[in-house]
Amino acid sequence: MAEPVTLSRKDFSSDQEVRWCPGCGDYSVLTAVQLLLPEIGILPQNQVFVSGIGCSSRFPYYMNTYGVHSIHGRAPAFATGIAAARPDLDVWVVTGDGDGLSIGGNHLIHALRRNINITILMFNNQIYGLTKGQYSPTSEVGKVTKSTPFGSIDHPFNPISVALGAEASFVARTHDMDRKHMTEVFRRANAHQGASFVEIYQNCNVFNDGAFDAVVAKDSRADMLIDLHHGEKIVFGADGEHGVMLDEFGEAHVVSVADVGLEKILVHDEQRPEPSLAFALSRLASGPYEPTPVGIFRAIERPSYEIELSRQLAAVQERGGAPDLDGLLGSGNVWEVV
Amino acid sequence: MSPDNAEQQATEVLERVVIRFAGDSGDGMQLVGDRFTDVSAAFGNDLATLPDYPAEIRAPAGTIAGVSSFQVHIAGTDIVTPGDAPNLLVAMNPAALKANINDLMPGGAIIANSDAFETRNLDKAGYLGNPLEDGSLAAYRLYSIPMTSLTLEAAKGTGAKPRDAERSKNFFALGLIAWMYTRPTEAITGWIAEKFGKNQIVHDANVAALKAGYNFGETAEIFEHAYTVPSAHLPAGRYRNITGNLATAYGLIAAGHQAKLPLFLASYPITPASDILHELSKHKRFGIRTVQAEDEISAAGMAIGAAYAGHLAVTTTSGPGVDLKSEAMGLAVSIELPLLLIDVQRGGPSTGLPTKTEQADLMLAMYGRHGEAPLPIVAAYSPSHCFDAVLEGARIALKYQTPVMILTDGYLANGSEPWLLPAAADLPDISVKFQTEPNGTGPDGEPKYMPYLRDPITLARPWAIPGTPGLMHRVGGIEKQDVTGNINYEPSNHEKMTHLRAAKIAGIANDIPPLPVDDPSGEAELLVLGWGSTWGAIQAGARRLRANGVNVAHAHLMHLNPFPANLGEVLAKYPKVLIPEMNLGQLSRLVRAEYLVDAKSLTKVQGLPFRAAEIEAKMLEMING
Repeated sequence: MAEPVTLSRKDFSSDQEVRWCPGCGDYSVLTAVQLLLPEIGILPQNQVFVSGIGCSSRFPYYMNTYGVHSIHGRAPAFATGIAAARPDLDVWVVTGDGDGLSIGGNHLIHALRRNINITILMFNNQIYGLTKGQYSPTSEVGKVTKSTPFGSIDHPFNPISVALGAEASFVARTHDMDRKHMTEVFRRANAHQGASFVEIYQNCNVFNDGAFDAVVAKDSRADMLIDLHHGEKIVFGADGEHGVMLDEFGEAHVVSVADVGLEKILVHDEQRPEPSLAFALSRLASGPYEPTPVGIFRAIERPSYEIELSRQLAAVQERGGAPDLDGLLGSGNVWEVV
Repeated sequence: MSPDNAEQQATEVLERVVIRFAGDSGDGMQLVGDRFTDVSAAFGNDLATLPDYPAEIRAPAGTIAGVSSFQVHIAGTDIVTPGDAPNLLVAMNPAALKANINDLMPGGAIIANSDAFETRNLDKAGYLGNPLEDGSLAAYRLYSIPMTSLTLEAAKGTGAKPRDAERSKNFFALGLIAWMYTRPTEAITGWIAEKFGKNQIVHDANVAALKAGYNFGETAEIFEHAYTVPSAHLPAGRYRNITGNLATAYGLIAAGHQAKLPLFLASYPITPASDILHELSKHKRFGIRTVQAEDEISAAGMAIGAAYAGHLAVTTTSGPGVDLKSEAMGLAVSIELPLLLIDVQRGGPSTGLPTKTEQADLMLAMYGRHGEAPLPIVAAYSPSHCFDAVLEGARIALKYQTPVMILTDGYLANGSEPWLLPAAADLPDISVKFQTEPNGTGPDGEPKYMPYLRDPITLARPWAIPGTPGLMHRVGGIEKQDVTGNINYEPSNHEKMTHLRAAKIAGIANDIPPLPVDDPSGEAELLVLGWGSTWGAIQAGARRLRANGVNVAHAHLMHLNPFPANLGEVLAKYPKVLIPEMNLGQLSRLVRAEYLVDAKSLTKVQGLPFRAAEIEAKMLEMING
């Protein structure tokens, strides 16, 4: 065994100038990741960051790791190829709401379904930033943008519900105003074996400033963010006065703990194999203007694609013996001409 | 079941014969064709096959649209095509007869399943009367045989219910044809045992039908005699019969082996390319990773990801799939990674003719990406040549760190021919070295990896894979600075990079063999220039003319981008140039633009390969014109 290497943020920072707009929420995510990686202890050469197209997709250029800035929406596909070919690597996907949920929605759900071992960071700013301000698949109905001067008539996706609908084995939400929360969610997501999906509420201060203020501003958080903790009652508010309860249909509602009694308050179980409960939690808020759950919705174990692929290969190789190219080419009916 | 009454029935020796099995798509004609091909190959005949089947899994039974056929040309001499016109047509129903009769050679033989020629089937095929009885087939030798009832009779005692037993009639036909052409049937019964061994009743019914067909030929005295096609004098060595798709799959396995790299295939099912995915999925023993992606785009993305990670990466597709992969191919051109895209061309545009052949993707391969995005193109010219084309494509991809498009087509994919087996030890070593050390110096004077510092000769950039300490780098679709690979938008840098990417591909011309010209007399005035699967028909046409003392030259391009360095010189030597293509003249346009020669185009877009006679006629017209 080699001596343990002490790594620092510098080891994960490339020499490229970071070029997001001043004040962009992306900076704090980059910082959180660059500070987390030395703690995880996986060497930079074994890390690969893969992105699509959009503001957040510039992320790999700023990491002193291996990286691919691929094409619009397809980062999960590129990452799947890397992870399936090389299970020894730690593979991350950086995407946005337009990249991941609009043009690349198909790849996202299939990567989650397949449960390939990648960590997906989905920066949700509810706007197209790089193309300068069109509505995105997470923008609210009525949103006035350059492409919707009379207000958007498109119903938005709830990214957590989409991920749970695809039966993702790890689903979480965090936001760019709380580095500690981000760090802990990223740490868990990265340690998870299989596809992890993390939605990050990220402020675009140029085209959609303050989109999440109602829930993430410091003085709003206590009453508007529902921090999920496995095995604990789901309560929030400065004094834990609000809670979450299921009704007879299995739908989740915010209630007053005093009104219903603490025993009626739901205990969070991120490990339930069946995703319905996590899905119910994902439906609590229809947008970042109501009390919104953050933290880990679901973290279950199920076989991951690259491990199963390697296992099949190993099993066949053990049974079949050494590969024999001449034997293969000459299989079937062979005849000799003299 | 060797003929024991050979004294009474002398066999007639034929140099060659073309047989077409035709029936409903549920009649098992492809299976019968495959089996007949297999025994003929083992018998030592040279051969070529042409399967032709509808896109629908089960088109309405009895209709023309539902007709499936398999043509096989067997010969005692070296042959290059599945034959222009069948000598024998096996028609399992009226629709099969109607759909194929016009192709039959004048005076050729028809073996028809008379049981199927009843009113309903005749109506479906659009016959007013029964052609087996109304004298309309007088120009042919007609053998009406009640194959269904004879099969049912033969299967009695096997326990098969009549409806199931009826399905064995294709084996009756096979048995009969095996007798007609003195093929041994042991290999067929062996195959039936292997395939149907688990279902005793089906197995027994098939064997009974096969024997009944064979014995019918021998005893029924409706055939004058049996025929034999002697084994061909092919070059010495070990042979097997192989289809283009199988040769492609084997070529990929061999390429991984010769590159000393794990093979990675990501693919989305599409006709007629899926068999390559199926085949490679079987051979995990060779460490091959196959992923069935969620779509064509993803398949290309996964393959590029695997290439970045250091595997020999491949994606396989056809027509519409190539369109979908275009953006990913542009990225592969930009980030300069080795990648193979195999396009088994089919009739287009759009869904087009999924099961039929065409070679109309040449311009797509050349130019089907936005921006200046050149990539090498290699085309296979016969089923077994797919193996060589893939190996050559992989060599270029690795050496030049570039995506390569390999073009085959539906005819090559499903057609077959004998293949002289190469020895693994004789295959070229196509391995390349990964970059393991920094190759430059950073602004701070420290050693640094420069991902776009090119090899001065090949202009290839180094290949440093994740896991390599100290060589962490990012690649992406944004224009890169020469040498450093950093994002760069400077006008002069973009121009330089555009020229470098073009020069890298153009330079491959110095690394491929000069185009050989087949011009035995050296006095031909006409050069026929081809590419891809037209090879067989052009060769056959040229050989026929030469046999009649007419000189014609044939050259066939395997490398379509870049062209071989001597192509201009070859073209300049001939006053007349003909380019036959299964498209509307794509190579001819490229050649005319590049070399300013007045190349004439001969085109065919029927979803079917050229016949040798069609090319022969055009050659004669040009020679005499």
